Amino acid sequence: MFYIKNVVTLIHEQEMCNSCGICLTVCPRRVFQRSNRVVEIARRDACIECGACQRNCSQGAVTVRAGVGCASALINRMLGRKKACCVVDNG
Amino acid sequence: MNYRVDAGLYAIGEPTAESPVFVTANYKLTFDLLRRAVASIDSWILVLDTLGINVWCAAGKGSFGNDELLDRIESSRLADVVSHRKLVLPQLAAPGVAGHEVKALSGFQVIYGPVSAEDIPEFLKNGFKAEERMRTKCFGFMDRLALVPMEVVPAVKSGLLAAAGLFVLCFLFAGFSTLKALEYFIIPAVSIGTSIIAGAVLTPLFLPWLPGRAFSIKGFVIGLPSAFTVVSFMHNPGVLETAVLLISIPAVAAYLAMNFTGSSTFTSLSGVRKEMRLALPLEIGGTGAGLLLWIIALLGA
Repeated sequence: MFYIKNVVTLIHEQEMCNSCGICLTVCPRRVFQRSNRVVEIARRDACIECGACQRNCSQGAVTVRAGVGCASALINRMLGRKKACCVVDNG
Repeated sequence: MNYRVDAGLYAIGEPTAESPVFVTANYKLTFDLLRRAVASIDSWILVLDTLGINVWCAAGKGSFGNDELLDRIESSRLADVVSHRKLVLPQLAAPGVAGHEVKALSGFQVIYGPVSAEDIPEFLKNGFKAEERMRTKCFGFMDRLALVPMEVVPAVKSGLLAAAGLFVLCFLFAGFSTLKALEYFIIPAVSIGTSIIAGAVLTPLFLPWLPGRAFSIKGFVIGLPSAFTVVSFMHNPGVLETAVLLISIPAVAAYLAMNFTGSSTFTSLSGVRKEMRLALPLEIGGTGAGLLLWIIALLGA
């Protein structure tokens, strides 16, 4: 299943990448693939911006504005409910 | 009910210094799943204090993160307990943990295991390798069915609150006649009930088969025929009453469906932001328009 197209903030800098493949391991959505030993983004729209790849890339080659795709969290923040179960912290 | 497990190191079977170490969150249901999955494997379980939150959510919020992991390695004196320097973490902890930093700071290598604990025995058999199948989270019909109560309960709570307010209005418009108020109350009650069924039950269940990518569109798509269905069951509904149902039910169903984004496994924050920017004004507008038309109908009654 795929969510809304062409919106995710995921960036993979080919020049900084050492092709270790940790992003392929941690990604729960099979966003990355290895072709000819080079790692690349294969399924961009599958990305859920969880941030696992960015957090585990020792080269800083992957960046993404990580967060949770949760409407209730955004609504709770808009309503100023800080103690709700689900809140987005950063704008 | 207390769903927290005490953080610390636990032994499964009769582990030795060579036995594998599995790291998990201190949410009881998570811990029990892991414990059951590795019941036949002599091993160590290192439970982190994630405030009783599951692995994925705790990783997202940072409580299942480097700091807690490093502290727990230290306080449990894991380095003295095992001779190897490998930790098996659930793959879904990866948004919170930076494996290379943990290695640099503690000497322990982070190995990301499968998403589901039940795949751990096979993962070990494969030599600490998780096949592609073990690396994604499935979101089948039964998974979604299990989440329906989580959607319905808060929706019903808000629905009852709104219904109570609307009933008071009915009572006022009916000149304090209970019988008349109940008659007026049919439209809002039907609207709220149908919206909850369409948005919080049917949308999650039929999610992959509903058209559109935005959840609000999926909710609207199922809300509209639901509204037509209830209208067809009404006894000679007036034009205004029909309009109230046809406008408010799809709008509220779309809103409730949108709230399912947080429970699903494939939405992104950027996507939800975009969806909300477009859908929320329409949902509020539709609900408001329905309310207004209903009041106009009552004034005319």
